[in-house]
Amino acid sequence: MDLRYTPEEQKFRRELASWLASEVPTYGTPPSVHDWPARRIYDTGWQKKLFDAGYAGINWPKEFGGRDATLIEQLIYFEEIAKANAPYVGCNFVGVLHGGPTIMAEGTPAQKTKHIRNIISGAEVWCQGFSEPVAGSDLAGLQTKAVRDGDHYVVTGHKIWTTFAQIADYCELLVRTDPTAPKHKGISWLIMPMNLPGIDIRPLPTLEGEGEFSEVFLENVRIPVENLVGKENDGWRVTNVTLRFERGTAFASEMINLQAFVRGLVKLAQKVTSDGASAWEDKALRRELGHLSGELESLWAMVKLSVCEAKESGVPGVGASAVKLYYSELYQKITELGLRLLGRAGLSRSDVAGLPAQYLLNRHLNSLSISIAAGTSQIQKNIIGERILGQAKDPVPARA
Amino acid sequence: MDFQPTEDQKALRDGIRSFCEGQVPNERYPELEKTKGFDRALWSELAEMGIFSLRLPESEGGVGLGYADSVLVFEELGRRLVPGPLVWSQLAAGLVKGAAEGTTVVGGLDLIGAHREPYLVEHLESLDALLVLRKDGVYHVDPRQLKGEIVEFPLDPLTPVHHVATLPQGEKIADAARAKRLRLEGAALVAGQQLGVAEGALTLANDYAKGREQFGRTIGSFQAVKHMLAEMFVRQEAARAGAYNGGATLDAPEVADVERAVAAAKITAGEAAIRNGRACIQVHGGMGFTWEVLAHYFFKRAWVLENLFGTQDEHAERIAELLEAQLEA
Repeated sequence: MDLRYTPEEQKFRRELASWLASEVPTYGTPPSVHDWPARRIYDTGWQKKLFDAGYAGINWPKEFGGRDATLIEQLIYFEEIAKANAPYVGCNFVGVLHGGPTIMAEGTPAQKTKHIRNIISGAEVWCQGFSEPVAGSDLAGLQTKAVRDGDHYVVTGHKIWTTFAQIADYCELLVRTDPTAPKHKGISWLIMPMNLPGIDIRPLPTLEGEGEFSEVFLENVRIPVENLVGKENDGWRVTNVTLRFERGTAFASEMINLQAFVRGLVKLAQKVTSDGASAWEDKALRRELGHLSGELESLWAMVKLSVCEAKESGVPGVGASAVKLYYSELYQKITELGLRLLGRAGLSRSDVAGLPAQYLLNRHLNSLSISIAAGTSQIQKNIIGERILGQAKDPVPARA
Repeated sequence: MDFQPTEDQKALRDGIRSFCEGQVPNERYPELEKTKGFDRALWSELAEMGIFSLRLPESEGGVGLGYADSVLVFEELGRRLVPGPLVWSQLAAGLVKGAAEGTTVVGGLDLIGAHREPYLVEHLESLDALLVLRKDGVYHVDPRQLKGEIVEFPLDPLTPVHHVATLPQGEKIADAARAKRLRLEGAALVAGQQLGVAEGALTLANDYAKGREQFGRTIGSFQAVKHMLAEMFVRQEAARAGAYNGGATLDAPEVADVERAVAAAKITAGEAAIRNGRACIQVHGGMGFTWEVLAHYFFKRAWVLENLFGTQDEHAERIAELLEAQLEA
């Protein structure tokens, strides 16, 4: 157990930190969350900068234009990105974390040539068409159907939680190609260009009042058969390749960012008064903040440990479920403390009386999604209970 | 950076684990209870395993290993609820003659922390020496000079305690900085024990939930129970990362703030031990509330360890101070 970084790792950190220090301050501030075209320009512009500097696709192989960084370098990368307050992956998320890696692993040579470089350089934006109103945690129950018609699939169905659909060029789409097979055996993975006829995108505002979600209605959308990734009816296996990527490092920068959030809460507590005294003079509050900050320290140690343990296999194991559960709960507790410090100022979602109500409320409202997205906390607990602890599965009720 | 235990560390851990499984199996708890948790033969064997001399340099007759190694060892001792003033005796190696060799059994009293009184001393009847940590230094007290009464009903059946009315000053053997340092090291090592207690409680509960059937199914197949076990696992893994981080940061203080890392370890591992102990009782249902089932031993030991070298609340306050100082800097 050696926490010291090697000279190579330190060099990687120094070079990245100095590059970020020169690029981040001049890149400009993020546009309004409502301005979709501007968000696309901002996010993909940063992706292009990363690409040109050799920092895009940090975990991607070199042959696909990635950095092929070691897992330790990836940790350093997320630490430095958070420290420098650099733009996040934004609308490049699905392409860089799901779509690209899936095509790298399972795509045809033509698919790789067409998409990989565009994804990593910010030229293509992707969205994800997995979940459906009837298929949430039970994703394999999806019903969007694809019927072969010559050299096309004709697709009809209803997708939901489709992040960035408004500005995406392509969608990684899961469809049912064999309705008679068992549910996991009849699914296929398609690349759907978002400009095809028959695609209807309807924004679905989140409880934050905005957000990236849409519903996507598909009616007789004709997708060329050459857009099939992997074999027909093998889409469930192909999908699990991408989910594994998502559970690995998706939240790393946000976790580090929470340390800064806690320091912000200390400053806020020193500023706000409660019954005439500064809130920071309240011992109970100091204890609570200290406790949560200690848990954050352990959370980051958990990430380090699970990344080091994944070094041999190259992918994070089921232990990633424990990290996500701990992180979700901690994120919600810490941001809830922000609301408690605001008191009645928290009735406003705009800054009021010089207090950062907008930021604090948005962070807490956003935190409520973390225990739902990418596998709910309840599903994660089933994974731990069954795959790690070896408890029996729930009996599956007989179908009516 | 490689945060994983090395092959040597895994071998060390496995060696201690199998020793503890052999020497302190579940069946021995009633017997240990009769001997008030102390067995001098077992103590000698622990000493021979190098548990007390682990961090003493080889030039001084020790094993010459580090803090992370020690955390792994204390994790295994915690997992089997091995009784005795284990952490105090390792801290005393090099300070009190015979501590490293196990010939002098060393206990202690921490008078730096917030909860100084009443003076309750663990394992007093078995002690050959007592270390007292005061703000101005480390004191060596002869336990025979203590006037105290044994507490009739100690919380942990394997941790007898004496209530000491008057405490002699003793002989000062090290300065204030050393006292503060020993307290920090003690907290890091106890976090290892707490991690072990959290793991032992989960193992006991998990095995029970696989065997116990109600409504025609194993109780672990019900999500209500399965999720409780999963929550125990999450706390265990947070405690593992926290405790290892405390030890590894003591070994490499140039990397991060040692005080923050150790405080975080004590908080995370303390919470895991107590709450896993409680959940272990709950998973066992009615039997969990009896003396017969081991669940209560884990829960009770967790509370003994909570009150060693600073509680979660004290460490949380320390982290808050460090955060404040960081902002002022």
